[in-house]
Amino acid sequence: MTAYLALENGLVFAGASFGSQKEATGEVVFATGMTGYLETLTDPSYYGQIILQTFPLIGNYGVIPEDFESPAIGARAYIVKEPCQAPSNFRSDGIIDTFLCKHGITGLCGIDTRALTKIIRNHGVMNGRITLTPPTEADFALAKSHSLSDVIAAVSCRAVTKTSEGTYRIALLDFGAKRGITTELKKRDCEIWTLPFDTPAAEIAKLKPHGIMLSNGPGDPSAPENAPIVRTLKALYDMGIPIFGICLGHQLLALAMGHKTMKLKFGHRGANQPVKEASTGRVFITSQNHGYAVIAKNSSFINVNDGTCEGLDYGGSFSVQFHPEARGGPLDTGFLFDRFMERVSIYAKG
Amino acid sequence: MPRDKAIKKVLVIGSGPIVIGQAAEFDYAGTQACRVLREDGIKIVLVNSNPATIMTDKNIADSIYIEPLTLTTIKRIIEKERPDSILSGLGGQTGLTLCMQLAHEGFLEKNGVRLLGSSPEAIDKSEDRQIFKETMMSIGQPVIPSVIANDVQTAVDFANETGYPIIVRPAFTLGGSGGGIAKDEAALRDIAENGLALSPISQILAEKSIAGWKEIEFEVMRDRAGNAIIVCSMENFDPVGVHTGDSIVIAPTVTLADKEYQMLRSASLAIIQALGVEGGCNCQLALHPHSFEYAVIEVNPRVSRSSALASKATGYPIAKVATKIAIGYTLDEIPNAVTGTTFAAFEPSLDYVAVKLPKWPFDKFVYAQKELGTQMKATGEVMAISDTFESAILKAVRGAELGLDGLDLPRLSDKTDAQICELLNTVTDQRLFVLYEAIKRGVSIDDLHIITKVDRWFLSGLYNIKAASVRRFPRLDGTAKQLIYKMVDTCGGEFEAQTPYFYSIENGTENEALPFIQRSNKPRIIVLGSGPIRIGQGIEFDYACVHCVWTLRSIGYEVIVINNNPETVSTDFDTADRLYFEPLCLDDVMSIVDIEKPVGVIASFGGGTAIKLANKLHERGVKIIGTSADSIDICENRERFDSLLEQLGIKRPRGFSVTTEAEALSAAERLGFPVLMRPSYVLGGQNMIIAFSAEDIREYMKIILRQRQENPVLIDKYLEGREIEVDAICDGTDVLIPGIMEHIERTGIHSGDSIAVYPAANINAEMTASIFTITEKICKALDTRGLINIQYVLFDGEVYVIEVNPRASRTVPYISKVTGVPMCELATKVSLGESLRGLGYSSGIAKIPPYVAVKVPVFSFEKLAGLDTHLGPEMKSTGEVLGIGRNLDEALYKGLVAAGYKIELPCSSKGAGVFLTVRDSDKAEIGDIAAKFAQLGFSLYATRGTARLLESRGFSVTAVEKIYKCAENNTATLLESGKINYIISTSERGRDPAFDDVKIRRKACTLGIPCLTSIDTATALVSSLLSGYGEDNTELVDIAGLCN
Repeated sequence: MTAYLALENGLVFAGASFGSQKEATGEVVFATGMTGYLETLTDPSYYGQIILQTFPLIGNYGVIPEDFESPAIGARAYIVKEPCQAPSNFRSDGIIDTFLCKHGITGLCGIDTRALTKIIRNHGVMNGRITLTPPTEADFALAKSHSLSDVIAAVSCRAVTKTSEGTYRIALLDFGAKRGITTELKKRDCEIWTLPFDTPAAEIAKLKPHGIMLSNGPGDPSAPENAPIVRTLKALYDMGIPIFGICLGHQLLALAMGHKTMKLKFGHRGANQPVKEASTGRVFITSQNHGYAVIAKNSSFINVNDGTCEGLDYGGSFSVQFHPEARGGPLDTGFLFDRFMERVSIYAKG
Repeated sequence: MPRDKAIKKVLVIGSGPIVIGQAAEFDYAGTQACRVLREDGIKIVLVNSNPATIMTDKNIADSIYIEPLTLTTIKRIIEKERPDSILSGLGGQTGLTLCMQLAHEGFLEKNGVRLLGSSPEAIDKSEDRQIFKETMMSIGQPVIPSVIANDVQTAVDFANETGYPIIVRPAFTLGGSGGGIAKDEAALRDIAENGLALSPISQILAEKSIAGWKEIEFEVMRDRAGNAIIVCSMENFDPVGVHTGDSIVIAPTVTLADKEYQMLRSASLAIIQALGVEGGCNCQLALHPHSFEYAVIEVNPRVSRSSALASKATGYPIAKVATKIAIGYTLDEIPNAVTGTTFAAFEPSLDYVAVKLPKWPFDKFVYAQKELGTQMKATGEVMAISDTFESAILKAVRGAELGLDGLDLPRLSDKTDAQICELLNTVTDQRLFVLYEAIKRGVSIDDLHIITKVDRWFLSGLYNIKAASVRRFPRLDGTAKQLIYKMVDTCGGEFEAQTPYFYSIENGTENEALPFIQRSNKPRIIVLGSGPIRIGQGIEFDYACVHCVWTLRSIGYEVIVINNNPETVSTDFDTADRLYFEPLCLDDVMSIVDIEKPVGVIASFGGGTAIKLANKLHERGVKIIGTSADSIDICENRERFDSLLEQLGIKRPRGFSVTTEAEALSAAERLGFPVLMRPSYVLGGQNMIIAFSAEDIREYMKIILRQRQENPVLIDKYLEGREIEVDAICDGTDVLIPGIMEHIERTGIHSGDSIAVYPAANINAEMTASIFTITEKICKALDTRGLINIQYVLFDGEVYVIEVNPRASRTVPYISKVTGVPMCELATKVSLGESLRGLGYSSGIAKIPPYVAVKVPVFSFEKLAGLDTHLGPEMKSTGEVLGIGRNLDEALYKGLVAAGYKIELPCSSKGAGVFLTVRDSDKAEIGDIAAKFAQLGFSLYATRGTARLLESRGFSVTAVEKIYKCAENNTATLLESGKINYIISTSERGRDPAFDDVKIRRKACTLGIPCLTSIDTATALVSSLLSGYGEDNTELVDIAGLCN
């Protein structure tokens, strides 16, 4: 069945529908990872977006539930060149097409994905609307006017839960956390308390955490509805508890510390982003997924490609823009969790 | 870290002749390396025995030595040139081994030469199997259970513990030569013995077989600060068990979930960190298909065939970056040449797949064993890029020049289902086609997977091809769909790219080549490349293409290259203005012509691959630059060629064209035996034989007709005489002959397999004049515009023409380098209308330099079991070396040494022997050779017949029984005894591995004993032995200063 992508700038791509056959509107972003499509789809940071995969063959190793980063698919729609109908992997438990169907996610395939990627690269991210009939003026209008708010609320947990036992008590502020973050902390002997995004600082303090983990998540960090979170983070910082922020967590902490953020033209989404550690000059390949960046002078990590801020170190607390928990992507910066734990253990010892 | 300013003069060692396992990729790597060094103002001393390389050009290096790649020679060059550093990782295994020997001996330290790139310790850790294993174990990386054995029993004991099958890998051999899989003790003993003999350190690795696991490769890059990245991941279509050089390979990996991928990626990085490699490195890993269990297979601490593939598959120039690292830069300081705005410290992201398909020589070597295993057999490869595996593999097959436009192999169609299933059990060069045939016959993907262990993902791809009945791309089905072109940009479209490197896809909306074409304000010319390296068409043609491209660019054209060989310099994205990585097939080329609208196409530099397209392109209205398509046709069309020669009054051996066995027999009768037989439209003497009897004709016609030969078979009177070869350039008026070469061997041995001497030593002024006159006549009659290669035979004082090729030949690089005549440049300019006179040349034979240059062919016989090493009209060599000297003896000595012959005289401590067994027609001449060997102190051994003859001439000779006549004391046991240094074995019949003579020659090959199969080669060798030249007393010739 033919499906269309109407871009807010008036361009149309015609392809075939797969997954759930329904219309969908969202910001179109491209991801360049050649593996890791399951992690990408289940990453809550993509909430509400239309993901475009630059690698043309998607679904080769099928659907592997144990690799999911969350129980849901964050994105609203998925655009690939060719979804694999006959995947092959010893852990595979289905095909991408039915997986999208099951979650009610719209799919569009068979379009010139590279051409679309280049449009977004050149014009910046923009909204699009996938339709099942040739797009009308109304569709373009919908695409243009589309905007999301309260996206963190949509993906954060609703209640406080203790997800693991361990020596070090960590409060994980869930802005749409990937499972990888809890997995890394569990490996390091942590008692993890996962908290809703709007948990007040005083509530968090009551837990007497040895460390605070700020998760990844969707949306514009400087959105007005995030102001209370920023205030909470400032309060937590002032308490002197070690904080480790990842991605959106990094951005929100930066806002709390007086930095500003900006929207990137087309973001960094992929598994091949080089970042340089300022103190050592070492370059690491990282997994990234963000459309905004912190504006800062004394970055602890810098993106080698465009020089944007990839990390900040505040002494006891620190944060990175990229994903040291990987999934999908390189595991090269997993040591940052060790770095966090060093600070946590010092703090725990008093 | 910025570059190390202490580096001012670097020695770069090339990889020598093209052999199986070491092909053009090292010219590509070395050339890139030299350009990087030059950019940084570093002086380059280059040594390579292979003249057909770009790296040995004057505009690439400062001092150039085409000398044997031996330790002694390299040491002498270092002492003469005094470089401060040496680059180790870019000259293949040959270059690396030499560097390591120099380092271990303390020679580098003593002479103040630094080894750039990885340290000797790092290289030892990767190359020495024991240290490697220990290193892997120390960092917790799993290795395959194995034992290092210096004798057969150790391997057998290990096998008894772990069980069969066992894989044997000899240490320090190229392309895994001498290895194999043993299913039982008898086989193990056999393979282990062979492997020990072939290993220069008499060491083998016996390991537990993990056949059937997925084979995954990572190309890794690390700088001295410890930054490390993955350039490319690759997955083999054929699971572990088939050498990666013989496997179809796809980049990136396709069946690995991110979890498996990251596990292996992290392992590769951990390995390169532990080894401390600086530069490019290749990690081969095996992954159990149904678990996370994996094992490290091996690591190459250098640029390799896989890195050339990875470079072309991703656009990331591995050799260039590795060289920058070697001179001190770190990854974050090296710009990404493709984007121009980002840096080398990143991992390429592909938005397509690249598929490599090996090119095997079995179309020529009908008797060679076609089973694929741990020993590489492919001579070359093609790569195809597309957005699906299905279209990429079809493109690859089309571009491999197999005569196929899909996966249907006609010869499988008359096999029964049972036969097809049987064929699935062995891996041969036909595996892909057998799988496809099985799918067509309804064998399920699951069954195929169980039998072959090929991943279901690939099998599904083949199934999709069948389901769609895709034979070739849609244009040919009449839908006239224009292909569109996408760019290889290293980053999946994330950044704007500067490099015009394209591949086609069938479905898409944006043609990325168009803006480049629209921007172009110069006339455009397409240069056709030469496709995969195979016997008969080697690196020489890439050399010619690259020079043509450079010339065109220098005179103001915008140049487009079409080629599909990832190993080459021509497919480096900055060689031409635009590169289309596409098959050299008519429709693929036409599709590019349609959008590029060039002023013309140049087909005369890309060997047979390119030239055979000339006529077809011409018919489609495309302008062929240079000699006309019609003239090309005259040279290839038997009747037209004969009538042209007749018209010109030029002689050629009498002959006929035939289509059946009966016609062939009657033609032979009329001509008289022996006769030369070949199919029309040949390349490298494909399927060419000399028939001495009716029986030979029957055998030949059976083979040729089996291959569904559409063109007639040519049958000619065979004239045994001196063979002369001429390369000439003609502008329509004047004819310049840069050089006349003479072959050491008489006619009957393919020119590519003959030792060629320049300048010709045995032709007088009158003969020279006559050759010039005939050459001139032919050039003018064909209205030649550019290069032409003519082969002559001198018979009974007369000049006969054997063959005319109106294009660049394989001797062009060699003659260009020795004479200083820039042949490709002149030919290119002349083909565009300039005159030789205008370019400062005139009619005649170019000035002869004060040196003699001898081209010696190099074979890969040890890799091709079952193949008779006897030379004949069918070409067998894979590469060549050049010897340059003040006189013929010196040049010949160097050439033979460079080609790997041991030129050793008997000494008091160690006796030496020569074994002679010759056909009747050679018996008259063997006496002289025997006399010279005897004079040098060699003991003579011979088979009965030859021995009788030598005894009758008064020689003392030991007679030896044939293999089948006596089990204990025969020719085979003699060779094994180590008493024999040289073998001279000629026979009228060969080919069939069952013949005794063939067995002897195979044995010699296995044992590494030089075996000469022509009286003329033997004469040359013995005169070289007599000449008194040694590696210490030859002149080292810097050819950069030779022709100024």
